[in-house]
Amino acid sequence: MEASAAQKHIVIIGNGISGITTARHVRKLSNHRITVISGETEHFFSRTALMYIFMGHMEYSHIKPYEDGFWKKNRIELKKAWVKTIDIDQKILHFEGGEKMQYDKLVLATGSKSNKFGWKGQDLEGVQGLYNYQDLEMMEKYAPTTRQAVIVGGGLIGVEMAEMLMTRKIAVTFLVREDRFWGNILPKEEGELVSRHLLEHHIDLRLNTELKEIIADKNGRAKRVITGNGEEIECEFVGLTAGVSPNIDFLKESGIELNRGILVNEYLETKISEVYALGDCAERRVPVKNRRPIEQVWYTGRMMGEVLAQTLCGKKTAYQPSEWFNSAKFFDIEYQTYGVVEAELKENQDTFYWEAANGKICLRINYDKTTETVLGMNVFGIRQRHEVWDKWIKTQKSIDYVIEHLPHANFDPEFFKQYERQILIKYNHERGKKLRIKTRKGLFALLSR
Amino acid sequence: MRPIQTFGLVLFILSFATFILALSLSKFQITEEVLSKVISEKEKDKREAFQNVASEMMDKSYSSQFTFVAEVKEVLKKANQNIKDKYAISDKEIAQIIAKNPAKTYELSKIEGIFKTEEPLGEYKAQAVKDYTNWMEGREFNSPEELQNNLKEAIEGINNSVINQKGFPEYDTKNFAFQITKKSSKGFLVSQSIFLLIFIFLGGTLGALLYIYPQRFKGTPGIKNDHIFQSGLTNRGAIGISIGVFLISFYIVLYFYPYYITNWVILVDPISYALNGGEASQWFLYGILYTLAILVMGVRMMVKYRHSPYQIWRTGSVMFFQTSFAFIIPQMLIALHLPYMDLKNIWPLDYDLFTPSRLNGFMEAGNIGYLMLSWGIILTIIGVPLMVYFFGKRWYCSWVCGCGGLAETLGDPYRQLSDKSLKAWQIERYLVHGVLVFAIVMTGMMLYTFFTDSGEVLGLNSYTVKEWYGFLIASIFAGVVGTGFYPFMGNRVWCRFGCPLAAYLGLVQRFQSRFRITTNGGQCISCGNCSTYCEMGIDVRWYAQRGQDIVRSSCVGCGVCSSVCPRGVLNLENGPTQDRINSNPILIGNDSVKVNV
Repeated sequence: MEASAAQKHIVIIGNGISGITTARHVRKLSNHRITVISGETEHFFSRTALMYIFMGHMEYSHIKPYEDGFWKKNRIELKKAWVKTIDIDQKILHFEGGEKMQYDKLVLATGSKSNKFGWKGQDLEGVQGLYNYQDLEMMEKYAPTTRQAVIVGGGLIGVEMAEMLMTRKIAVTFLVREDRFWGNILPKEEGELVSRHLLEHHIDLRLNTELKEIIADKNGRAKRVITGNGEEIECEFVGLTAGVSPNIDFLKESGIELNRGILVNEYLETKISEVYALGDCAERRVPVKNRRPIEQVWYTGRMMGEVLAQTLCGKKTAYQPSEWFNSAKFFDIEYQTYGVVEAELKENQDTFYWEAANGKICLRINYDKTTETVLGMNVFGIRQRHEVWDKWIKTQKSIDYVIEHLPHANFDPEFFKQYERQILIKYNHERGKKLRIKTRKGLFALLSR
Repeated sequence: MRPIQTFGLVLFILSFATFILALSLSKFQITEEVLSKVISEKEKDKREAFQNVASEMMDKSYSSQFTFVAEVKEVLKKANQNIKDKYAISDKEIAQIIAKNPAKTYELSKIEGIFKTEEPLGEYKAQAVKDYTNWMEGREFNSPEELQNNLKEAIEGINNSVINQKGFPEYDTKNFAFQITKKSSKGFLVSQSIFLLIFIFLGGTLGALLYIYPQRFKGTPGIKNDHIFQSGLTNRGAIGISIGVFLISFYIVLYFYPYYITNWVILVDPISYALNGGEASQWFLYGILYTLAILVMGVRMMVKYRHSPYQIWRTGSVMFFQTSFAFIIPQMLIALHLPYMDLKNIWPLDYDLFTPSRLNGFMEAGNIGYLMLSWGIILTIIGVPLMVYFFGKRWYCSWVCGCGGLAETLGDPYRQLSDKSLKAWQIERYLVHGVLVFAIVMTGMMLYTFFTDSGEVLGLNSYTVKEWYGFLIASIFAGVVGTGFYPFMGNRVWCRFGCPLAAYLGLVQRFQSRFRITTNGGQCISCGNCSTYCEMGIDVRWYAQRGQDIVRSSCVGCGVCSSVCPRGVLNLENGPTQDRINSNPILIGNDSVKVNV
């Protein structure tokens, strides 16, 4: 603990995973005064779980990871307000209600907003994205009067929205610009696997289709969309889920340097002294190798928070993520990815792909053509151990080694069917090899070596 | 809903309505024949005493079961008064006994002649006085007054025991009223019992299955928790509350007023005769309902989690153990005149295993009785620690146990209602370990009583302590609250807050086991599905979001946290014991810092 004389007021704008992780770790490391500001909700909640409230799996209280008493107990002050402007010279925040707040160090963790690409009718009633709590409330408002919905943009949030609406017996037409689902991230086979699963759930999937215009009824509510090829689809609700971008409009006049996001260096510092940014809203001037300049997932927000807390507490630390990982669930099919797997193979990359007969389970491993070291993997329908894949990729294991040791990475529950042998047989067959499975599933095989 | 499901639902509702209606389908009439069945030839005096005051009831037909039972109780009270008047040592007789012993020394021989020993009544009284004052024989007291006081006390003791020996004792009233009500029943239900049995039990089961099973063909396999918090059935709405009230009422009547559900018991008499050769009790009825609930709702569980072999195997296991170990095998033991025993029930859940009556029962059964008792002891002392070491307490709580079996099947729709707060966890730890201590103390007292024949331990009556345990813990906590509160506080209220065996298994699981729930690196998104659907109220997310494995004494290993996790983060695993409790987890994926939070 630092002496109270050195106690600073650290103000964090945004109570999402980035801001809250920063606050929690600053509290662990120091005695600084911490204030977290959010206009969205009073308390931190899991943004990725909003869909479950709509579907009735949980209530709002369930998606709050900490009990309400946690914040007071840990001396993290919460302020529910929208910040209007920032005076970086005086170090003063101006709130929309006219109030002010003095800070010593400012952390910008303002997250994202849903993309709107200037479509005609994009601001009509019944047209929305799904990112924040208010979006959820809007969906609740429109759902009872919606029979048909159109979702624009084939990504994770689009699928979530489709799944949500289907639980209310709302028919969903899904417009996807690419020739397969999530085509800018998933290779062809995986994209098709998800596409098939969407069809199985009676989603009216329209590939290679763009939104052109949304038509309003006499009350200003969406009643029809017109697609790029001129087709008209009657609907009462339009979901705009073509990605998100940094939520930084209120910073335009602040003097903080912006591009698509708030520009930061590897320490998550802006050029303004004692102003930092992290999470969805931050853009790296020089991206980490193999990473995008703006990382918009839960995990990266959390990791940046862990790092920034160190810097804020006097131990200047650069953000150095390990191997990339992510996960999602498309209706019933779980997806995990470790390392780098891009939609298209790069030069000097090769790939091995296996899919189960039911077309719902698959595994892809990408590797370096010359060294045969594993670069990354996608898996659908089998759970895989993060720790094992992180190590395999980091220590540059060969694809042969990985195939032989696949059961180590199996994280499916007991009694689940195992596919490692099928995978190995296909690999041996394709590569003309005679590898054998060398390990077994489970902690004993993994830990007692 | 498919037509066949609608049909099933209608059939089930009709059967259930008939089940409730069946309670009112009898008339009641006490005849000589009924009495001779309820009070044996050996207790002729008792029967006469009953008949003497029951003249108004005899052969009268009652249509209200409540009036009938109330009047039976009234008759018992009067009969007891008469019996007491007859058999009690009167004030006059007391005076005579005292008059014959005016000095400081008591002599039994002096009271001869006071009672007419040639008559049965006089003989009884003389014998009673002899039994109760034997210890004073020849003893010199400090004063005549002291002798008199001791005599008065002894005789008071005699008079207090008259009812227990010759009348209708309080503790037996429930059973007597049940028996006489059951045997006095006549009318539609009795004459149509086979038809009603088939319609209610077979029809109800079939209807429920026809409604449940076709869900297998609806949609795709996977977690389907849609609308759980939007439905009154599963989120404390009107239907949920009604089901809770029904369950609570059922348990209260079953435990404390069984004479109001004699009609249900009459219905299952034929099954009881077929299985064990004797007539059914309310416990037999309960056994049938319990088993049916686990089987039918087990099918529902298997359909709902059909994508998960772990859940299917586990549910199959509880269905098997309930049907065989808890239901069929005990019935066979009764048929073979062996002591009743559920061979998978373990002390201290089987709280009266070491009471004198059970122990004597085992001994009377000879070698096989000793074998059964040894099995019970081995399970407790060796079975529990060994199995929990290898597999965690799940081997019992969510694979074998009857209470767990009901919770995992009938109770599954309510798992999300368990309280996840820190406060609830604190209360849980005090309560469940408190009950364990209570069970140990009670059992210790019972063993002391068994070996020394003294019913008093440290100034407490050991039987009273056992009765209180039975009433507070076994009846109210395990039954009324444990199951009745499913729709209010989730399906594991008993297992979590009250079960002493769960506490014992939990201590082993926490400190000496290979079991844990592994957290998959840094993949947690804090969504909260795991915590919400944890029936034991564990805040699973608290650990998962820190990358920490979950080692908690209360975890019953149902595996639902792992099933509902959308990101494949949680897995029930047995592994090496070293570093099982990782209090300083490192979230994988971040090489910048070694975070210890």
